[in-house]
Amino acid sequence: MGRFSKAGKKETPEINTGSMSDIIFMFLFFFMVITKMRETQLFVRVTPPQASEIQKLEKKSLVSSIYIGSPIRTQLYGTAPRIQLNDQFAEPSNIPEFVAKEKMARNEFERNQIVNSLKVDGEVKMGIVTDVKQELRKADSRRVNYATRKKV
Amino acid sequence: MGKKTPQINSGAMADISFLLLTFFLLTSSISTDQGISRVLPPPVPKDVKPPDINKRNIMEVLVNQFDQLLINGEPGTVDDLKREAMIFVENPTDDPRYSVSEVKEIDLLGPVRVSKGVISLQNDRGTSYDMYIQVQNELTKAYNELRDKLSRQKFSKKYDELTSEEQRKAIGEAIPISISEAEPKNIGG
Repeated sequence: MGRFSKAGKKETPEINTGSMSDIIFMFLFFFMVITKMRETQLFVRVTPPQASEIQKLEKKSLVSSIYIGSPIRTQLYGTAPRIQLNDQFAEPSNIPEFVAKEKMARNEFERNQIVNSLKVDGEVKMGIVTDVKQELRKADSRRVNYATRKKV
Repeated sequence: MGKKTPQINSGAMADISFLLLTFFLLTSSISTDQGISRVLPPPVPKDVKPPDINKRNIMEVLVNQFDQLLINGEPGTVDDLKREAMIFVENPTDDPRYSVSEVKEIDLLGPVRVSKGVISLQNDRGTSYDMYIQVQNELTKAYNELRDKLSRQKFSKKYDELTSEEQRKAIGEAIPISISEAEPKNIGG
């Protein structure tokens, strides 16, 4: 036992800080994974067009998203553009119900400030977008934001 | 007895990972929604006639299903759109082909010529969304540039850089964004 140890003064053992980094790395990965997660899983492919005159939507709690694009799983759902509300495919006729639900989820004073963020794929034709806009007008949720990427 | 390999000091590792952690924490919140904001017009009752607007005050922009543009009856490209829109709204020489303006008294600005021009945008159901956004973008750019110009003149600052809410409101009132989207029609194909 004493053969390899240096004889003489006793030292206080150093605290091993090596595992500290592992803990922090765990945090790091946790946040990396969390930030990638969306509230909804996308069933449609959305690559928004580019634009330069962009406004940022400051209040995240007031944004409600409507996705339009061609389905990712083409074997199952075909290639025709579809609307996605929350977690399912929808028709334009489902929009009033969706708007009502979104309104109910907000405080009373925020209800007419809801911004509908239209996240539409660049290759989609305007027909389906126009249908959605007409439904939004009828449902009286008239603030829209056409989601775009920043033009570089 | 073999030489003892010196231990690598891993204390700094924690610092590095902390740095990464804070980096991800900060950048993750930046990914906010962004895009072009518009307010849709209220639904129109069926029996109401559209208001009569002086022909001079309308700039017609049509986009067909092949993404081709017609600006006031003449074929054009997206690049022409901004220039046309700016001339139409501003109309500094009071050209009878472009919009009529009216002198209004606005707080902070004094008397300003406010254009009555409306840009009427009509697209086909077959127009691509990308083209639609490009057109909206160019029109917004035209208005933003006019606002910048006025803002520079009056407050020697760009419109985006104005900090006071009253100043922004005044400029917004002097150059209102009036893009009207016609009731959709299925023009062809």
